[in-house]
Amino acid sequence: MIDFTFSEEQEMFRKAAREFAETQVAPKIPVMEETGEVSDAVVKALGEAEMMALTIPEEYGGLGLGYVARMIALEEISRVSVATAMMLQVFALGIEPIVKFGSEELKKKYLPGLAKGERLATTAVTEATGGSDPTGIRSAYKKEGDDFIVNGRKCFITNSHIADTITILTKSEDDPKAFCAFVIDKDMEGWRATHKEHKVGMRGCNTGELAFENLRIPKTQLLGNEGKGLGVTMAAIGDVGRGGMVGCALGLQAACLEESIKFSNERVLYGKPISALQGIQNKLAEIKIDLEAGRLLAYRAAAMQDNGIRCSNEFAVAKYFTTEVAQKAAKMAVDIHGGYGCMEEYAVSRFWRDAAVLGPSAGTSDIMKVIIGRWVLA
Amino acid sequence: MLNIVVCVKAVPDPKEACNIKIDPDTKTLMRCEVPFVVNPLDKNAMEAALQLKEQGDAHISVLSMGPPEAGNIVKECLALGADQGFLLSDPAFGGADAYATAYTLAKGIEKIGSFDVVFCGMASSDGSTEWVGPEMATFLNIPVVTMVKEIVESEGEFWQVKASLENGYRLMRVQLPAVFTVTRDLNTPRTLSFSGIIKARKKEISEWGIHELGVPAELLGVKGSPTVVSNLSTTESKREVEMISGTREEKAEQLVQKLAEAGVI
Repeated sequence: MIDFTFSEEQEMFRKAAREFAETQVAPKIPVMEETGEVSDAVVKALGEAEMMALTIPEEYGGLGLGYVARMIALEEISRVSVATAMMLQVFALGIEPIVKFGSEELKKKYLPGLAKGERLATTAVTEATGGSDPTGIRSAYKKEGDDFIVNGRKCFITNSHIADTITILTKSEDDPKAFCAFVIDKDMEGWRATHKEHKVGMRGCNTGELAFENLRIPKTQLLGNEGKGLGVTMAAIGDVGRGGMVGCALGLQAACLEESIKFSNERVLYGKPISALQGIQNKLAEIKIDLEAGRLLAYRAAAMQDNGIRCSNEFAVAKYFTTEVAQKAAKMAVDIHGGYGCMEEYAVSRFWRDAAVLGPSAGTSDIMKVIIGRWVLA
Repeated sequence: MLNIVVCVKAVPDPKEACNIKIDPDTKTLMRCEVPFVVNPLDKNAMEAALQLKEQGDAHISVLSMGPPEAGNIVKECLALGADQGFLLSDPAFGGADAYATAYTLAKGIEKIGSFDVVFCGMASSDGSTEWVGPEMATFLNIPVVTMVKEIVESEGEFWQVKASLENGYRLMRVQLPAVFTVTRDLNTPRTLSFSGIIKARKKEISEWGIHELGVPAELLGVKGSPTVVSNLSTTESKREVEMISGTREEKAEQLVQKLAEAGVI
């Protein structure tokens, strides 16, 4: 029989992540919401709580706990703050190509600092001309001796203005089928973060643009083989990127359910709490059903990932389902709250805005269906 | 090296208090309905021990008494940084009142061996008798300071601590070994860390029953408990509104009178 139970240790990971989120992140949410800016205190706390170290191997200063543990951490942090979970999930997305494709030199150079939170990572693939279709990007490289010269712009990059260690995807100026992935850092000249976006939700998680102007990158910064960079970034996005969004979505669903239960038990109409009304119970049941189904999809895919089994398609299914039902859960939570759901002092109004950002991040639901369609027809 | 024993109790999660039910027959809490957590004030006790360990050479043993599931909270304390865990678990310990619990814990501490300091929370969030710490000290025949809010001096054989009073504190000088029951003012307990959980993989929990403790059954559990809970009931809260009319002065007078009648003032 398949064992669906979490181990005692995994339950403790959940407890640790929940305690962290409730004590270190929750108090910062009002300021994050008001300013839209990243909380330095939250970033520092994430580092101190070893949240960036989860998937980094122990030999490079990480905890080597893998992807089920990461899913647990993301779910618990997102339950309190989707913005913080999103930031954390993209730290890992920037780290993963170094772990999987970086040279020994690059791993030793970057991973210990990333594990401690002394360095902050992101990945930069999306451009105005290509996100879901990364072959459409225009950021281009040309070779000059052993160096690569990169020019171009990236947009919708999470952690754009706080990250100092970035994995980027570029295309050859000469060969439209050749892509290179590099890791760049703050000490290199020729790149900068430019425009900051103002998102409807996930306020406190930074998104913006990066510009590369004659960015000179030594060959030693190459991730994977020259010309094969597309596979490097897509491997990270397919598993870690989609998986991360799934964790964010699960946490949001759990938060919607908790707030809805609390409110419906307290709100009295017709002389009794509205939780006694079947119409409300129906909504609560739907959120719960979706959450349980989403967890099965999510943790199965994460367990496959821990076992080294290819799981990007399974994560596409989980990403589609959980981000769709998270949006549904947020809408139902707002509905349950009635007029209060439209007031900013009620958390569900934030959940609703955050849910809107879950869908397009790391690939829209339509793109997930394209991936799933190819999978079933293959 | 300072040998510290921290006594911790598995209590129903206070956050789930509304889901705790009372068994109508036995008049006891149906604890299995909600998850166990470390008694909140025992976390302060644990934090005090951890801070002392960080300041100098110390060894922390965690001791709990409860069903096998209470092993989880001992494991949690090991993940926080304790060195060794002990769980006193036996059907014979079941139903113990504060007296029998204190006796059993004292026997557990004696079996652990050499110790200088015993920390525990001032009270548990479920029983809340505040008796276990002092009674444990009595069985161990050592001094006790209750309601410790600050450790002023922790070097050498004599410690100085501040113990809370209603409108102040007592500054106490006490010779070790001693029992200290702590309040939440003492510190802010740390949270679990992932690396702490990993380190706890290698730490062991010893589970001891009646045979390991070597004490007669009549001194343990229900048999060894001189007190019994004769009744336990949930409180019912209801809101009523009564409008007071008259001038401002008349309203104030009526309000004071009604509050006095209700026993509020």
